[in-house]
Amino acid sequence: MARIVTLKILRAVITLLIAVSLVFFFIRLSGDPALALAPPDAPPAVVEEYRTRLGLDQPLLTQYLRYIGGMFQGDFGYSIHTGRSAQSLFFERLPATLLLGLTALAIALGLGVTLGLIAALRHNSIIDRFVMGFSVFAFAMPNFFFGLLVVLSGALFFGVFFGGSGATRSFGQLLAPAATLGLAAMGSFARFTRSSLLETLNKPFMTALAVRGVPPRRRLLRHAIPNAAIPVVTMLGLSLGGIVAGAVVTEQVFSWPGIGRLLIRSVETRDIAVLQFIVLMVALTMTVTNLLVDLVYVILDPRMRGGQNG
Amino acid sequence: MSDTPILRLSDVSISLPTGSDRTHAVRNLSLRIAPGQCLCLVGESGSGKSVTGQAVLGVLPPALRQTSGSIAFRGAPLDTRQRGREIGTIFQEPTASLDPIMRIGDQLEEVLMVHGVRGRRARRARALELLDAVKLPEPERIHRAYPHEVSGGQAQRVVIAMALAFDPMLLIADEPTTALDVTTQAEILRLLRELQTARGSGLLFITHDLGVVADIADHVVVMQHGNAVEEGPVERVLSAPAHPYTRKLVAALPRRRAAQPPPSLRPDPVLEAEGVSLTYRGTTGLFRRTEIAAVQDVSLTLRRGETHGIVGESGSGKSSLVRCLLHLEQRKSGRIRIMGQDTTDWGTGLPRSIRQRLQIVLQDPYTALNPRQRIGDAVAEAARIHGASADQARDRARTLLERVGLSAQSYTRFPHEFSGGQRQRICIARALATEPEILIADEAVSALDVSIQAQILALFRELQERLGFAMLFVTHDLRVASAICDDITVLRAGQVVEQGPMDQIFDAPRDPYTRALLDAVPDKAGRAGNFPAASGEG
Repeated sequence: MARIVTLKILRAVITLLIAVSLVFFFIRLSGDPALALAPPDAPPAVVEEYRTRLGLDQPLLTQYLRYIGGMFQGDFGYSIHTGRSAQSLFFERLPATLLLGLTALAIALGLGVTLGLIAALRHNSIIDRFVMGFSVFAFAMPNFFFGLLVVLSGALFFGVFFGGSGATRSFGQLLAPAATLGLAAMGSFARFTRSSLLETLNKPFMTALAVRGVPPRRRLLRHAIPNAAIPVVTMLGLSLGGIVAGAVVTEQVFSWPGIGRLLIRSVETRDIAVLQFIVLMVALTMTVTNLLVDLVYVILDPRMRGGQNG
Repeated sequence: MSDTPILRLSDVSISLPTGSDRTHAVRNLSLRIAPGQCLCLVGESGSGKSVTGQAVLGVLPPALRQTSGSIAFRGAPLDTRQRGREIGTIFQEPTASLDPIMRIGDQLEEVLMVHGVRGRRARRARALELLDAVKLPEPERIHRAYPHEVSGGQAQRVVIAMALAFDPMLLIADEPTTALDVTTQAEILRLLRELQTARGSGLLFITHDLGVVADIADHVVVMQHGNAVEEGPVERVLSAPAHPYTRKLVAALPRRRAAQPPPSLRPDPVLEAEGVSLTYRGTTGLFRRTEIAAVQDVSLTLRRGETHGIVGESGSGKSSLVRCLLHLEQRKSGRIRIMGQDTTDWGTGLPRSIRQRLQIVLQDPYTALNPRQRIGDAVAEAARIHGASADQARDRARTLLERVGLSAQSYTRFPHEFSGGQRQRICIARALATEPEILIADEAVSALDVSIQAQILALFRELQERLGFAMLFVTHDLRVASAICDDITVLRAGQVVEQGPMDQIFDAPRDPYTRALLDAVPDKAGRAGNFPAASGEG
């Protein structure tokens, strides 16, 4: 067990290093930041000055090594516009995004799994069809559009603006963007839970348990649901990516002062250091989540403990 | 003997949903099982034998309904609470009938708990006792293990231990040994028989294998298309079957082929393998690798027009060896000659001119055909790839389909319109489309019902006689091997245990493992096999 964990952590670190390097080089491939920063009709000498100030005149490899070296000392560079360190800008915005993302995930997981379980247990009934119809709607609905509808209907029917606060000033102001963000993941959780549970219920061992006299309630709670949970956990890791990506759009729609909006602004203004740090943190989140999912997987499924899958 | 049978079915009918190929899964079935009696329900797939077992247990699939008749357990309708306590059940797939993520001990103790055994210590003690009773080595270890950590045979013993936990009056076993190796099958049958006689319970044993029937049954009910066509004591039914269907089943059992006079001059070899070894690499760590020897130093010779059997239990390396011979794996060592041409250095990239000579028929005819390709096109495609013109290929496909016993009109039909046996015929036609010199049949009859199996074996023999190809026949079933092979290679753990002419292997096996395999073949006494005329001396 300890060996599997060590291996997985080692792999996670390698993954992060690769992510950092890719970000570094791709940002520099996508156009000269100095040109974007300097005024449109600035003479070449001015552009050159910007370049020197940002260290962009150095060879790429030197820049890269300097960046990696700084990273290990906790220096992730400074924002070109505000002059503040990239991480301070990031961590200032983090609570707002965490609040939004975790609420969205909680809504998606709680509601999605519950709906999926109900649909599976009422298989082929009207409830089942309704839940499945709703889940298709949920993940087919683009969140930028759904978000606009929510904002619009809030303003028209309740006379409030949903969003913009970044804190729990009112329940609705958090719930509206969080529900928008979690909608798609909820739909896939519902469908995934349903099909996973249905598949488990049809496994031969479920019949075997019945004829061994194990009562239905116990069959469901002790056998069917734990078995059905295994693929849903995988789904949880995957859906986090969707939520991170969705946050960028949702924050924009609801004017939520989180990292998503910081990211968009940094891209627009070529604020390299901030951009790099955000992407690094997103990669870290994804890697850590997947690491956790893998570990939960090993706890849930004894078949994964052989080590051959490590 | 008490007058009340343990189980009595009177006039039971179970309907199929509308639109099925027949109206009833089971029609007007009556049977009774007395204490201590073993009743075998025998039939091919779709005969309704498993459905009968499900009806007794009250676990019919939702689409099926019992429309008439009564099922009485000790004179009264079955209360589902009796399941697990008074009725024990054993299934075909032992590993699949256990919860994969719960320890075996916990599952066994759960059964004890739901039937009222109080106290954790008492349950644990009883669980270990039960594991010991089914002769599992190291009950403590099995108790701690998860289902995937034990072998199929061990898992089946665990399932038997669960079924016997409360000394049930009735045991229902649905194909309990079909998924097991032949030596394991023999042990499980012996164990079942022993425990059942000792406890005097009734046993409803569902199987398709008449050999197994001969070994375990007291009384037999033969089912066909949902009807009981014949019933009686096992000796009578097997030695003097009255119904034509029973006779057909008995006649279809693979029978050893007549002893061949040793030819003074054996034909040329078409495939020679010498010292073939294959290792698979497994990854155990980030950088550590382990090597698993799948095939070790195997040599064999396949001669023109002859059949060479490769026999072994699961995991013996049969399929790995076939993949080596087909040049689908990078071998670790060994020389291979195909049609006199040394192909050792070709690695996995065998040229088409040699591939054409070498064709394979696989085990599962349901997955071996492209469901969206017309079967005639499937056969013609093989000929096209190897150089025939479109017209030639179509003509050859028609001829071949007829030759394997399908009408020329079937050319434009799709695989789902055919039965399993017919699909295997299509696969054979497809393999023959390139006019191969060597045909590899990898468990090609293992998934088929016994009567279909007999037809396909006969087809192989007939085609071989007419076309003269050599055949490498891979099987786990010694009975099938004895019906068709000239030579046999017995594999175990990737190594050749014994090799030689079929008669010699069967009559005078030298290796203890070969002897154990032969001993484990069901119905060794030949009760089912000596009807109508056993060829050779059985």
